[in-house]
Amino acid sequence: MKVYVPLDAAARACGADQVAAALQAEAARRGVVLEVVRNGSRGMVWLEPLVEVETPAGRVGFGPMTAAEVGQVFDGGPLALGLVEELPWMKAQTRLTFARCGVIDPLSLADYRAHGGFAGLERALAMDAEARVAEVIASGLRGRGGAGFPTGIKWRTVAGAVSDRKYIVCNADEGDSGTFADRMIIEGDPFSLIEGMIIAGITVGATKGFVYLRSEYPDAIAVLNRAVELACKAGVLGASVEGSGLAFDLEVRVGAGAYVCGEETSLLNSLEGKRGVVRAKPPLPALEGFMGKPTVVNNVISLATIPVIFERGAEAYAAHGIGRSRGTIPLQIAGNVARGGLFEAAFGMTLGDIVDGLAGGTASGRAVKAVQVGGPLGAYFPPALFDVPFGYEEYAKAGGLIGHAGIVVFDDTADMLAQARFAFEFCAIESCGKCTPCRIGAVRGVETIDRIARGDADAVPLLTDLCDTMKAGSLCALGGFTPYPVLSALTHFPDDFAAAREAAE
Amino acid sequence: MSDESAASARVSEIVAAHQGMEGPLLPVLHAVQAALGHVPQAAVPVLAEGLGLTRAEVRGVVSFYHDFREVPAGRHVVRLCRAEACQAMGGADLAQQVKARLGLDWHQTSADGAVTLEPVFCLGLCACAPAAQLDGRLVGRLDEAKLAALLDEVRR
Ligand SMILES: Cc1cc2nc3c(=O)[nH]c(=O)nc-3n(C[C@H](O)[C@H](O)[C@H](O)COP(=O)(O)O)c2cc1C
Ligand code: SF4
Ligand code: FES
Repeated sequence: MKVYVPLDAAARACGADQVAAALQAEAARRGVVLEVVRNGSRGMVWLEPLVEVETPAGRVGFGPMTAAEVGQVFDGGPLALGLVEELPWMKAQTRLTFARCGVIDPLSLADYRAHGGFAGLERALAMDAEARVAEVIASGLRGRGGAGFPTGIKWRTVAGAVSDRKYIVCNADEGDSGTFADRMIIEGDPFSLIEGMIIAGITVGATKGFVYLRSEYPDAIAVLNRAVELACKAGVLGASVEGSGLAFDLEVRVGAGAYVCGEETSLLNSLEGKRGVVRAKPPLPALEGFMGKPTVVNNVISLATIPVIFERGAEAYAAHGIGRSRGTIPLQIAGNVARGGLFEAAFGMTLGDIVDGLAGGTASGRAVKAVQVGGPLGAYFPPALFDVPFGYEEYAKAGGLIGHAGIVVFDDTADMLAQARFAFEFCAIESCGKCTPCRIGAVRGVETIDRIARGDADAVPLLTDLCDTMKAGSLCALGGFTPYPVLSALTHFPDDFAAAREAAE
Repeated sequence: MSDESAASARVSEIVAAHQGMEGPLLPVLHAVQAALGHVPQAAVPVLAEGLGLTRAEVRGVVSFYHDFREVPAGRHVVRLCRAEACQAMGGADLAQQVKARLGLDWHQTSADGAVTLEPVFCLGLCACAPAAQLDGRLVGRLDEAKLAALLDEVRR
């Protein structure tokens, strides 16, 4: 009997290791020979730990499994879910980047190849560098780290730069709250990231890559290090990638708990062993990046999407999506939701479809009050704005941003004044300290919100002035975008700011 | 050998093991902390000399990053996620309870050296919030019962 028990950090945090051990014990008790494969997560986090049993008809799921209930995996029972691929959450997705995640053994190169792995690299190796850049540009892929810059254009700049050394740096800092797509793909399909980085390297002429991976992800660090080791042994990485004569090496570096190090220039300083202070641009990292050399800095999902673009062709990828948001986006649905997890979809779903439909509303059963999209620097949306389609320009027009596509739902017990206060507090804690409006402004912001909470109505215009100053005078989005959560809370939920005043009167 | 000179020797070894790396300071600091539990004052001159940096540069880096400790932590470290998805699932209330039960505020270590309480901003467990980490172990769907079990563990 072959069963799958995820090694994904979310599954493990919900007891997957205990479930795996209990399955072994139960199988031994019953005299059943059991093979346990530790796969990635399918992204249905509310069903984790999700145990799957291989059957002639396909893989049958059981979840959320507990160690005490593993008998059901052998005998059936209320936790049986039927064929996993037929579950509505799975069927409704367009899984391109995450096609293999949860399906394969993440640390089996044979599994990876059997499921289309390295087909993209093979095609890329048969093209010249110019055609590769053209392919990425034609796919319409934009940076999934938040800024949405066209990936192919960035690569073209680095490819065109003349230098003795160039670098590929993967941004796996994933500091945005409510996001876990980078973590999931690294734990569930690390070779897709490695393949994407190799394609980036051969395209721009870089022979060395770094993955800057946050220290808060111990499981992802372990899986990726192991995957790099396996790829080196197999000749996928090293002096001659897949026997092509082209070299590419990869090193995993661990962050040290600074949110701002997700900003690309701060990340580069950190990688060089310095304080993670943001650098002024220009020079662009594409021209003067790591150690002053031309460097591609891309998010994990941007890079892990490269293989499927080469495998299926740029047109096939660009056929999905809306407007200037092409392809698919891994939505990460979190917070107070009945069904949380990762759902990869073409751009264009409305927030209402996501929150009321996919997520099934709140976990608490109460009304949805606000949804923060795009991490701690993203705006809070009220249900009145649930018709906004998921896309870069569409969110900008609605006064927000999609960021890394984290969607955090709050029920009607949320206090939006407290959320605005937290946004400033977070900015104050994480500021790199370079600009005064960010470093000092965030502290003033907390004080100003506290004045409003005490009933001081005069503090409201001070708050909006302060936000204007931060927007105008900050070098990076930490100081520059903190006004998004603050002002969206104030604009869409004025009662939470007024009620405090009335209570004081 | 005194504790201090033993520590310095260990730091020298770590620096030597990282020779040839581009921008080695962060990996070296992680290794020092893994070996010694913190980055002691005595390590700073050794690091500076070994890596060709000034002491001020090394100190500046150690102090910039939340992960690096200049004093040892307790025998256990409890990290609670303070970020938004966990807030939406009652994380702030749980944090209050933990603080009250341990008698600690953020970044404090209990007098008996058993436990240090730290905030963390997202563990990537946002779809099974609230989340926490006890030493190396991640815990999701934290509730009062799970919390009580965790706190029993650190008191042992
Ligand atoms: C404060 C701040 C934090 C950021 N954090 C991340 C992060 O964790 N991961 C990421 O990929 N990009 C992050 N970014 C965006 C990066 O600066 C950069 O745009 C991105 O890594 C480029 O890759 P992409 O084009 O593939 O998105 C952050 C930006 C700012 C201002
Ligand atoms: S806005 Fe804040 S984090 Fe960004 S560079 Fe300025 S001080 Fe640093
Ligand atoms: S917000 Fe708490 S784990 Fe992500």
